[in-house]
Amino acid sequence: MNGKTASLDQFRTLRTDSWWLQPLLVFVGLGGFVIYATWAALQDAHYFVAPYLSPFYSPCISANCVHKTIPLIGSWWNLSPAFLVLWVPGGFRATCYYYRKAYYRSFFASPPACAVRDAAGSYSGETRFPFLLQNFHRYFFYLSLVILAFLWWDFILAFRFPDGFGIGVGTVVLGANVFLLSLFSLSCNSCRHICGGYLNSFHSAPGKYKAWSFISRLNEKHMEYAWVSLIWVALADLYVRLLSMGVIPDVRIF
Amino acid sequence: MAEEKYETHEYDVIVIGAGGAGLRAAVEASAQGVKTALVCKSLLGKAHTVMAEGGIAAAMGNVYPEDNWKVHFRDTMRGGKLLSNWRMAQIHAQESPDRVLELEEWGALFDRPKDGLILQRDFGGHRYARLAHVGDRTGLEMIRTLQQHAVHKGIDVYMECNLQRLLTDAGKISGAFGYWRESGKFILFKCKAVVLATGGGGKAWKVTSNSWEYTGDGVTMAADVGADLMDMEFMQFHPTGMVWPPSVRGILVTEGVRGDGGTLKNTKGERFMFNYIPEFFKVETAETEKEADAWYEDKKNRRTPDLLPRDEVARAINSEVKAGRGTEHGGVFLDIASRRSADYIQRRLPSMYHQFKELADVDITKEAMEVGPTCHYAMGGVRVDADTTAATVPGLFAAGEVAAGLHGANRLGGNSLSDLLVFGRRAGLYAAEYCKALKGALAVNTDQVNAFAREMLAPFESKGSENPYTIHADLQECMQDLVGIIRVESELKKALEIIQQLKQRTRNVKIEGNRQYNPGWHLALDLHSLLGFSEAATLAAIERKESRGGHTRDDYPNTDAKFAKVNVVVRKKNGEFALSQEPLPEMPDELKALLEEKK
Amino acid sequence: MAEQQVHMRLWRGDAKGGEFRDYRIGVGEGMVVLDVIHAIQAQQANDLAVRWNCKAGKCGSCSAEVNGKPRLMCMTRMNTFKPGETITISPMRAFPIIRDLVTDVSYNFRKAEEIPAFKPKPKEADGTRRMFQEDIDRVQEFHKCIECFLCQNVCHVIRDHDDNKPAFAGPRFFVRLASLEMHPLDSNDRMELIQQKAGLGYCNITKCCTEVCPEHIHITDNAIIPLKERLVDEFYDPVRRLFRVFAGK
Repeated sequence: MNGKTASLDQFRTLRTDSWWLQPLLVFVGLGGFVIYATWAALQDAHYFVAPYLSPFYSPCISANCVHKTIPLIGSWWNLSPAFLVLWVPGGFRATCYYYRKAYYRSFFASPPACAVRDAAGSYSGETRFPFLLQNFHRYFFYLSLVILAFLWWDFILAFRFPDGFGIGVGTVVLGANVFLLSLFSLSCNSCRHICGGYLNSFHSAPGKYKAWSFISRLNEKHMEYAWVSLIWVALADLYVRLLSMGVIPDVRIF
Repeated sequence: MAEEKYETHEYDVIVIGAGGAGLRAAVEASAQGVKTALVCKSLLGKAHTVMAEGGIAAAMGNVYPEDNWKVHFRDTMRGGKLLSNWRMAQIHAQESPDRVLELEEWGALFDRPKDGLILQRDFGGHRYARLAHVGDRTGLEMIRTLQQHAVHKGIDVYMECNLQRLLTDAGKISGAFGYWRESGKFILFKCKAVVLATGGGGKAWKVTSNSWEYTGDGVTMAADVGADLMDMEFMQFHPTGMVWPPSVRGILVTEGVRGDGGTLKNTKGERFMFNYIPEFFKVETAETEKEADAWYEDKKNRRTPDLLPRDEVARAINSEVKAGRGTEHGGVFLDIASRRSADYIQRRLPSMYHQFKELADVDITKEAMEVGPTCHYAMGGVRVDADTTAATVPGLFAAGEVAAGLHGANRLGGNSLSDLLVFGRRAGLYAAEYCKALKGALAVNTDQVNAFAREMLAPFESKGSENPYTIHADLQECMQDLVGIIRVESELKKALEIIQQLKQRTRNVKIEGNRQYNPGWHLALDLHSLLGFSEAATLAAIERKESRGGHTRDDYPNTDAKFAKVNVVVRKKNGEFALSQEPLPEMPDELKALLEEKK
Repeated sequence: MAEQQVHMRLWRGDAKGGEFRDYRIGVGEGMVVLDVIHAIQAQQANDLAVRWNCKAGKCGSCSAEVNGKPRLMCMTRMNTFKPGETITISPMRAFPIIRDLVTDVSYNFRKAEEIPAFKPKPKEADGTRRMFQEDIDRVQEFHKCIECFLCQNVCHVIRDHDDNKPAFAGPRFFVRLASLEMHPLDSNDRMELIQQKAGLGYCNITKCCTEVCPEHIHITDNAIIPLKERLVDEFYDPVRRLFRVFAGK
């Protein structure tokens, strides 16, 4: 290190704190979710127990569904119905501005942390395929709104027990799930743009200004909503799954 | 001795300094169609203007329709203790609204009231809310706007290039010589006119809001080629600088704090400013706390003495501390938390909030700030023609803090940024006109250039062992203790002696390292101008045997009618400073009448 | 408070190479890193090269890396370090070194020249310009930028890939572009520039620029992402494209 001809380039980073901790946690968290979600989607079983439908399988749109929301797809589809819908929230999260930061850092090490050198030697960012597709985030946002509508519907159905109206722990679980997912979706940067961010002058559009201001406030917590809703949706699926498997009982609150 | 190599560039106008005045001058000169270069010591956009907080004074009448240039003229003259050049004060008051609106045309965004025009804020000595501002970072907005405008106009900018000497041919400006900080190599500009926009010399004092750049370059360069200096005795000590912790002592606390509701208190909790209202300002100043509080609600009432002109407030704080009513760190309290909500403070004074939070661990929305006077601004400088900003050497122009005249004995807050714009533009304009009208060729004396180069390299070959930082620290100590807020003849004379000794020591400065980006060498060279500035300021301070504005003499504590009619002028003759008292220009009767209106 | 000794490691060198050198010096109460650098300069290394001006976080001159983190030295207090901790100061890495802590930041000034100027719309009928606080709040946040270039320095697009410099303007200039694009009076169109020459697509929004900004400007959320969304409007929105074909634009 003490040669006169040394250069700073020899150091990957000069940071002395544990900069690797955060990307590691994100790696474990996101990786864990992807593994669980893939496994759960592949199961093609234990996703419905009246009156609860797992959010991984909602809306259930193929003929082979245990609980058909709208049977749009015929019986030729013989894979798990989860795959018919999961690409929407999957795509929404994959192209989300927050998750992009998270996985570019944790999975691509590009960069692993601030002021720590990129793993890759060359870099073209989001200028080329496939990352150019990140620009379609807003269309995933629109599609997610459709899914959200079904999840709200599922939540309403979750009050309809075989013996009539009721509230179970599952009702609360599904309600919290769709609420958190709504927060996550509405706090999205694309939504913020569409609601008014595209304007250069707010004075002449007070309604849009209010909407934009509201979404802007939500947006400050977008990362938090992203994580909480991600964990909760997995827990909601797990809850329905364990109920269906008979591992746990559903407790009726009302 | 071998001749030093240097690169040569040719322009019509060289603007030295890229703060508000320099940028505005360069923009104007270039717009007039003359070949212009802008030369600055730091990177572009880092000049002192960036630190200006409060606002730009301009009588636009957006908040108070009663406001107009006449009131602004009156405020400026009274603030300057009637020593300001009346014509400059008039031009300044008349033109500043246009200069502010011009910034808006170039993309600046000032804070807005409900009607969508430009919001204006209260400041010391201004009768009406008059300062166009952007929170408390107005200077940043101004310099960035001008900088971007200049860049888009394609003006050549020489950054981190330090010009040290002016060159003349038969008494006319013919060039400027200096060095690149990055490489240490020399650079010569051949030109027809030079606009000085180099700011002041506050770095000669120890407790100062000024950065390393403020070494009095313009004043010394101008004096070295025989230009007149004027009003050098008037230094403004801003009443509110930070005092604790020691490492931040002197950093500015904007007057906007008081304009927006902050009040000064001593350790007994008294609002002491009521005890320091001078006769001169009695009629327009509130006498009781109750009356002052009413002013915050309705500005038609008489204003609080917290917003007296800066010289008055600085002296008052000084007296309180001397009388033992100051804080343990030698300051007083400035309290805005008890009048305004946290939200209001953070919106109006974001950078003050940030500054105290990060540097002093003080939350100004909850606690009072500790403040005390800090050396801030040189009212004096190069003597210029009021209309054209021409100095007394043909081809030399000066605008902004380096020029004397507008502010007289004391500058009002907010009048600096407007000064930069109004007279920066005029400097660029008249420098361009001068170039166009200039006949005959100008020559640069290469022997002289070589002599300058050798002089500047001397510290590398010196046999001495003086450390330039030590000499600078000794000078700051001397100016702080002996040429500070309160002055007395014996101390001023002692300061002169010390300055002479420091000049001797400067010859023995030894520099380590090479010429490439060597701050030790740069400081060694700047000592020349720091000492020149200090000497001129001290001489002028001895000459003015009275107290007025930013010059307070313990041995002559009152104003003296005799001195009310003269400016102290300093000029170099045969390498030595000589003094004279010169009568103020006669003010037209209609303007005199404006001053006498008692309202 | 009694003076404490600290151990500083400063990068000394130039374009040809350099090394970390150790300095031990006393620090007083409230000192910031820049104060310590100045003390070393005055007492131990007169020729130590460092940029600074205001020493109050307003000018953005004293950018460097403190223990590897991009920071303003004037806003980094010494009491934020553990007693006895060695403090390493190195110059900004994304720019070529000139000497010691001073780097050649001319890249930024070249990029500034490439941005089309502000071009105001015509004035109102009464000759004034009316703007409203809600219109300018967004842009005023961007105008807080002090051009310390820490965001440029930390941005891995150029920090780790020097070859991207010609094609990428960097966070500072995305903030500038956003301030112009969202300016209620501006009438210039810079969308193509933002996509092409300024290379907004290179940004993978990993947010380091926002993390290091001493002015706490939300560079990523308020400038870069809204610009990305505007590019989507302009270039990746099939409905709008179709509409434009029909509208003959």
